[in-house]
Amino acid sequence: MQDNHSIGIVAAQKAHFNAPLTLKSGAVLPQFELVYETYGTLNAEKSNAVLICHALSGNHHVAGKYTETDKNAGWWDNLIGPNKPLDTNKFFVIGLNNLGGCHGSTGPASLNPATNQPWGSQFPVLTVEDWVNSQAMLMDYLGIQQLAAVVGGSLGGMQALQWTLAYKDRVRHALVIASAPNLTAQNMAFNEVARQAIITDPEFHGGDYYAHGVVPRRGLRIARMLGHITYLSDDAMGEKFGRKLRTGEIKYSFDVEFEMESYLRYQGDKFAGEFDANTYLRMTRALDYYDPALPFGGDLSAAFKQVSAEFLVLSFTSDWRFSPARSREIVKALLDNERTVSYAEVTAAHGHDAFLMPDQHYHDILRAYLSNIEV
Amino acid sequence: MQATTQNNVNITNSTLQFRQDFAIIANWVKFGSKVLDLGCGDGALLQFLRTGMEVKGYGVEKNDANWLACMKNGSNVIQMDLEEGLSGFENQSFDTVILSQTLQAMHHTEEIVLEMLRVGREVIVTFPNFGYWRNRVQILTGNMPVSKALPYQWYDTPNVHLCTINDFDQFCKNHKISILERKVLTEGAEVSVMPNLLGNLAMYRLKSH
Repeated sequence: MQDNHSIGIVAAQKAHFNAPLTLKSGAVLPQFELVYETYGTLNAEKSNAVLICHALSGNHHVAGKYTETDKNAGWWDNLIGPNKPLDTNKFFVIGLNNLGGCHGSTGPASLNPATNQPWGSQFPVLTVEDWVNSQAMLMDYLGIQQLAAVVGGSLGGMQALQWTLAYKDRVRHALVIASAPNLTAQNMAFNEVARQAIITDPEFHGGDYYAHGVVPRRGLRIARMLGHITYLSDDAMGEKFGRKLRTGEIKYSFDVEFEMESYLRYQGDKFAGEFDANTYLRMTRALDYYDPALPFGGDLSAAFKQVSAEFLVLSFTSDWRFSPARSREIVKALLDNERTVSYAEVTAAHGHDAFLMPDQHYHDILRAYLSNIEV
Repeated sequence: MQATTQNNVNITNSTLQFRQDFAIIANWVKFGSKVLDLGCGDGALLQFLRTGMEVKGYGVEKNDANWLACMKNGSNVIQMDLEEGLSGFENQSFDTVILSQTLQAMHHTEEIVLEMLRVGREVIVTFPNFGYWRNRVQILTGNMPVSKALPYQWYDTPNVHLCTINDFDQFCKNHKISILERKVLTEGAEVSVMPNLLGNLAMYRLKSH
């Protein structure tokens, strides 16, 4: 069936940066590439650009399809397109693959120009700040001085926050969805288990598995299975799988017996076949490290004093990995500074995954907020 | 319902007609001040104060549909449940905190008034006066009052803490709350004689002692 609101066929582009980028860790990337996609048309005033920041496993393919027969559209296709909540008739939308990614931007699997071998373990650890700096360089490259909005969910929401802190004159609106001002110990603990699954896989080879012609599939698979448990709520898992057995009877084995196991194994296998373990390690570390209040003694309100963007902050009632309470911390810091902010707690059963779902009220909120933005 | 459009903002005519209290609230709010409207509904009051008084306004609304309408009206709106207090707001961080015709539907009535006085330098509370003579007549004839100000049946009303002007005066006295000003309206006109009998809508401007 033809989707009249689809952006249609899209193609990725690549931007090359020859200037060295000094990272927060002190490491320097001598040069790098960012792969990105754009949807809609940049207006003459260049005032209608919206940047989409991706989360842990996302990439630049946010909307549309690569071919007519492409089975899957971009990861946020339900949001972006002509007459969709993020309307490409009005906005020029940019999606990119973050630095360190594994979908075309320079990352651990790319060749290190100094050795002509894959970076592997030598690829630096990245931070949200580094990503936003490289995103600003991409905006320079595209000739965009100021973004109408930055939109991100989860780890993407942290990047949207960081834009308003690091480039306050370059962003007018931030849409921070299912995110947090930093991770709690429990949240970081999930990341640590995921990393340990990867690092202790015998085929990890200290991160230099490319040279051995193997990938730490088992570790990556377990990391992803764990992630999926935390992205869903107990209720959503109960409703989706309950205690359903695949064959209807207990077999007294350790094979896939429950539907839930089948789902987790499928998701784990799929992910392990297409994602790079070194990228996964770095994405989770970026999550762990982000803490804009740290230089202000933990005082988020003090950190937000300099912010001038307008905010929409959204959370989902059943999201326990990035709970509404964490979003309310962001809202409080903005209120303390008398910033322009609206906050909604969307009733949703899907847990953290809800931010990717086409829930009617959720999309109504985004549509209303985005249509109020002047370009 | 007919809608008029001003600066891309929709205000329904009916809202403006029936909310005669808006003009008095606007008189009690300082020009360019910072205002928090609790239970802000579709944001009509905030919109009124923003255009007329250039206030920096925030609304608090729990209901999804109201929240969305308020955001569409261009107001800052925070979704939260007033019954849980105002923990996201600092002490004395607003010039005025408003609770317009919502007090009677609150479960934690005492707590919300005290929370408002904590957050706001001044507080405006309005509520339907249960002591209004038409309510008394309906009770005398043996029925729970139903009127334009109290448009619900006993079995579907959200109102759980209805009070009279005398009751609220006493409440303020007991809690050492200063009444800076009190106005009582019936059909939009001010009532000065026997307000607890003749007044339909009670409006208070309050401050901590």
